[in-house]
Amino acid sequence: MFPAMRSALVATAAALVVLVTACGSRDATGGTQEFRWGGDAEGGAPFVEADPADPTRVRGFDVDVAGMIAHGLGREPRFVQVQWASIVASTERGDFHAGLSGIEDSRELRERHSVSLPYFEFREVLAVRAVDSARFRGLRDLARRRVATLGSTMAYQILVDAQRQSGVVPVSYDDDVHPYGDLVAGRVDAVLLDHVIAERSLRRLGGGFVVQPNAAATGYYVAVFARADSALRDSANAILRARMADGALEQSFRTWGVWDAAQAAHFARTLAADSSLTSAGAGARDQSITAYLPSLARAAAITLVLSCLSMALAVIIGAGIAAGRVYGPRMVRIALTAYVEVIRGTPVLLQLFVLYYGLSSVVRLPAFLAAVLGLGLNYAAYESEVYRSALEAIPRAQLEAARTLGLSEWLTLRLVRGPQALRLALAPMTNDFVALLKDSSLVSVITVVELTKQTAIYATNVGSWLVPGVLCAIVYLAMSLPLSLYARRLERRLSTS
Amino acid sequence: MSIALEVRALEVVRGKRTVLRGVDLDVAPGEVCALMGPSGAGKSTALRAIAALEPFTAGRIAFGEVVLDPGRVPPESRLRELRRNVGMVFQGHTLFDHLTVLDNVTLAPTHVLGWTAERATKEAHALLTSLGVEHRANAYPREISGGEAQRVAIARALVLGPSLLLMDEPTSALDPERRGALATTLRELARQGRALLIATHDVEFARACADKVATLQDGRIAPATTPKS
Repeated sequence: MFPAMRSALVATAAALVVLVTACGSRDATGGTQEFRWGGDAEGGAPFVEADPADPTRVRGFDVDVAGMIAHGLGREPRFVQVQWASIVASTERGDFHAGLSGIEDSRELRERHSVSLPYFEFREVLAVRAVDSARFRGLRDLARRRVATLGSTMAYQILVDAQRQSGVVPVSYDDDVHPYGDLVAGRVDAVLLDHVIAERSLRRLGGGFVVQPNAAATGYYVAVFARADSALRDSANAILRARMADGALEQSFRTWGVWDAAQAAHFARTLAADSSLTSAGAGARDQSITAYLPSLARAAAITLVLSCLSMALAVIIGAGIAAGRVYGPRMVRIALTAYVEVIRGTPVLLQLFVLYYGLSSVVRLPAFLAAVLGLGLNYAAYESEVYRSALEAIPRAQLEAARTLGLSEWLTLRLVRGPQALRLALAPMTNDFVALLKDSSLVSVITVVELTKQTAIYATNVGSWLVPGVLCAIVYLAMSLPLSLYARRLERRLSTS
Repeated sequence: MSIALEVRALEVVRGKRTVLRGVDLDVAPGEVCALMGPSGAGKSTALRAIAALEPFTAGRIAFGEVVLDPGRVPPESRLRELRRNVGMVFQGHTLFDHLTVLDNVTLAPTHVLGWTAERATKEAHALLTSLGVEHRANAYPREISGGEAQRVAIARALVLGPSLLLMDEPTSALDPERRGALATTLRELARQGRALLIATHDVEFARACADKVATLQDGRIAPATTPKS
């Protein structure tokens, strides 16, 4: 082939590839005239919140930052709602051009994605009840004390480190509202979170706690882009630097009441530095798998213990409900049927919320106990149906034979009907237990860090779901497969006996 | 063991259908009575009423001191005397699947009569031996033949020492040879002083073991006959 011809072919192919890629990216990100950015309006002001005047729009300083980047690029900003913990992953898979919503800078984030220059400096501050302000000044004073924070954050990592060093007990939440509520209620002894969030909560709750003046650490908010979008990131950096210089960013931060001397100093440093600035972020952390194995093992143990206790409770209560529905008087049957239908007809997540948060003014259950109760009471409804149908499947002739032998109803249940029903119930019970093992991941909403939650924290820290996800799946399988095998063997043994 | 069964004017109505309309029946100690009649004549219904498994509408059932009246079946707590004295062998297979032959037989004496396991096991072995199924003591019901299951069911009913034994179609699962053996067994039980009431439509079998035959027709007993006459 002639060199000229070959280079022409290569050029054509390259042009085609570029065209196809461009079309693909246009489709994936919703048109080139828009700058789509993802954030979580549930996070609220001053980051991103639904505009009270027009709830279809969002406002906040992150909304302003996104707007500045969009307009600097000559595009229209378009907001995409996404759960906070999923912003980075959604950005990488191309759901939008950039993610912003108080996203914390870190070395891991920079290694896996394109990250903007830090546009805001925050301090990790400790909030304690006013009466404790003299004795709990820092994390060192909180040995064996429960300290709350948002899971998968720099603050959470600080608490995990403090757990090793000074015995602090980290308590992970899925939102940044309940930690402060629980602090005031006495469920936790302190909260470690960004000063922006702490101050907002102080305004919202109107006191009940104080924010300690000394910061535990300093961090930065950044915008995150897909790894391949480094060019877009560089453009965004240029825009951000320009808005720092012309005072537009300062104006926005002042509007939202988050401008302070630290921001001024940070802006000055950023503008003085060269364009290749990358933040130190949360600092270097050991991110190899082995570093996470102990915490994953601990979380797996929590999942297993939680599941076993919940199942034991479900079996006992379920058997009681089934017996009541088969043998009980009419009123008892009606009441138990109502219980089963209400429990089966409402989400377990709602039941956990009601148990932990809803009842907290009446009875303040520890999180683990609430988790066992919530899952146990929920699964009891399902177990009772399994046992009831198993009891009713025992032929009448067997029961009559027992009657003619003089066995009382209780003896018949204990010696004839129960053992035979158990054999029928064993397979569905095993399925339920495996399902419970997986459903136990829901209890992270009430601050219990079990296997899935720990995996999510791990995944956020390393910036990828691949290794943590596979590891987590292996652990779940390692727990459920032997159970299934054991139950199958038990079933076989009972059927031959 | 000298109690007689007396059934007077037994009437059973199921929905709109009158199954039994005034049945009179007597079975003396040491007597084998075959209750015969076509399918659906009410043989099983009569047996179930006598065993206090089903209510009856009118009449009276007396077995020694135990008297059953029309209306609802009394609670089990008031039927202890009856359960001790009246054994029942059901049609088909009603052994407890999850228990061995031996455990099927010892279940009631240990849990109802409060016998020690040792005593119950000894009695059970003796009964199983006399019925020719001792070698299956450790087998589970699904591992034994229909004839063996029938004899185990008889052992299970007899271990409580009932004076009256009710049997519903005992030959339905048996070949002719086994029927003859069962007839011999039942004669032996009667010889020991028990009263036996056997619902069957098997004329040959009735002839082989019964002292008298009561035939149900249209819900009534036809005039009594003796099978050997």
